[in-house]
Amino acid sequence: MKPGLTRRGLIGRSVATAGGLAAVPLVTPAEAAIPAAPAPVRTPEMVDIVLQVNGRRLPLTIEPRVSLLDALREQAGLTGTKKGCDRGSCGACTVHVDGRRVNSCLTLAIRCQGRAVTTIEGLAEGDELHPVQAAFIRHDAFQCGYCTPGQIMAATALLDEGHAGSDAEIREYMAGNICRCGAYNHIVDAIRDVASQAAGKG
Amino acid sequence: MQSFGYLDPADADAAIAAAAAPGGKFIAGGTDLMQLMKDDVEAPTRIVDVEKLPYGAIEANGSGLRLGALARMSDVAAHPAVQRDYPVIAQALLASASPQLRNMATMGGNMLQRTRCHYFRDTGFPCNKRNPGSGCPAIHGENRLLAILGGSEHCIATHPSDLAVALVALDTSVELQGVGGARRTVALGDFHRLPGDTPQIETVLQPGELITALVVPPSAAARRSAYLKVRDRASFEFALVSAAVALEMQGNTIADARIAMGGVGTKPWRLPAVEAALRGQAATPENFTAAAGLAVEGAMPAGKNDFKVKLMQRTLVRALSTVAA
Ligand SMILES: Cc1cc2nc3c(=O)[nH]c(=O)nc-3n(C[C@H](O)[C@H](O)[C@H](O)COP(=O)(O)OP(=O)(O)OC[C@H]3O[C@@H](n4cnc5c(N)ncnc54)[C@H](O)[C@@H]3O)c2cc1C
Ligand code: SF4
Ligand code: FES
Ligand code: FES
Repeated sequence: MKPGLTRRGLIGRSVATAGGLAAVPLVTPAEAAIPAAPAPVRTPEMVDIVLQVNGRRLPLTIEPRVSLLDALREQAGLTGTKKGCDRGSCGACTVHVDGRRVNSCLTLAIRCQGRAVTTIEGLAEGDELHPVQAAFIRHDAFQCGYCTPGQIMAATALLDEGHAGSDAEIREYMAGNICRCGAYNHIVDAIRDVASQAAGKG
Repeated sequence: MQSFGYLDPADADAAIAAAAAPGGKFIAGGTDLMQLMKDDVEAPTRIVDVEKLPYGAIEANGSGLRLGALARMSDVAAHPAVQRDYPVIAQALLASASPQLRNMATMGGNMLQRTRCHYFRDTGFPCNKRNPGSGCPAIHGENRLLAILGGSEHCIATHPSDLAVALVALDTSVELQGVGGARRTVALGDFHRLPGDTPQIETVLQPGELITALVVPPSAAARRSAYLKVRDRASFEFALVSAAVALEMQGNTIADARIAMGGVGTKPWRLPAVEAALRGQAATPENFTAAAGLAVEGAMPAGKNDFKVKLMQRTLVRALSTVAA
């Protein structure tokens, strides 16, 4: 990884970009004033569950119908995992459950008790980005960035599964992640790069 | 999505009793049921989690392949004995859905996934399968993806599974466990029903009946088999037309043939007439083309799916040529 490529550095950069667009306010003062959603009212269907997310205990009170995606975003404040289609068709919601990539929109949170959930927020080691995160930046593997957390969670799983043998294999095993900006070529470049680094080391 | 209660049952008997009660429904991988519930196509009041029941093993030996109902698509596709002795199964699985979905979805759930007919999945439309007697807008509407074989005036929806096509070609049977522990075995070819005038009844399953395993007999044909899937994009798409072909060859002569096709029938579509025509014949392009002509006998295309009549024959000829070569 290039020195100086840290999470903090990345945030600093995107702030600088936003500053460049200062003439277009990104949030109006009225929107900014909206308070965080209050804790949901307890209904008779609700149950208390405990999830393990990114190595931390996460107690939740939810209805059984709540998806893992909604529990992460709406209740745990982990908004890195994105909702695209909410139907399994886009991969934006990809997380790892017990080390396997899954679509969190089609996963019920209540069924994840006793399992280890990893989200995009859990990949970096402190300020040190995961090699796949760093490679996505290096290869400019996103434009709007909406699909990116799902792409990165799919890519880390793909590397663990050993499916980075060729560009064709990478593309096939990334097929569950749609990118509306069409960053596919750079995504393949980033994954190939990490795979060859790992091969070089091993 | 409607609210529902959730049950993590102690054992299979408890699961079956709960699912047999009105409003009860099993959930395995959840990849189809979650979609159907989000779209209010299905609204169970209690879902019964089968994930922890002991039916997830994949066993392969001289007497065949036993796929536990809860085995995941990705694990079955990666199993060395499946890849070696039943390549059509591994290929059908790897051509299905996405890696994420295959990590979740199970064998039993895959057999019971519901049609992708857009009208069925959109409660704003009538649909005989979802709401019996309301009519079928597909027959004179958007039917490009729908069936040319096995339909009725009430429904022409395709069964969307790739895996079921491979399994029905290989004479798979389905092991079931019902209320009170009753066990029975049904041939997969008899498991799904044609729509007739009751398209809402899709299988022979009784209320609460649980699939415990899919059992595939060993055969020389299974070892020499392949799955060919034609779709609108290169990956992560349901089949327009697909073919599962398994051949036993003696030199250039076809000693045995097992053939089924997907994307064309209202259930996974076995082709016994094509198999009979090929047995004992030389593996030549002329024989393949003649046999493929039998595949579309009785086809009733509905307009936008007319192209499937030709595509079905071409897909079959290519799959036969590949496997025989
Ligand atoms: C975006 C997308 C793309 C897809 N593409 C493809 C594709 O290309 N090819 C393909 O074949 N499939 C495809 N699928 C479908 C997928 O394969 C099925 O959704 C999956 O196999 C269903 O399995 P499951 O375990 O998740 O079932 P669930 O959703 O858990 O259950 C489905 C049904 O089966 C019942 N059930 C489950 N297990 C049992 C059991 N043991 N006994 C009795 N009843 C049971 C449930 O009650 C429910 O009615 C796709 C799905 C999605 C979301
Ligand atoms: S084809 Fe079948 S599933 Fe589709 S609208 Fe007609 S009745 Fe419904
Ligand atoms: S949001 Fe889950 S796959 Fe699109
Ligand atoms: S970067 Fe915009 S959707 Fe992928």
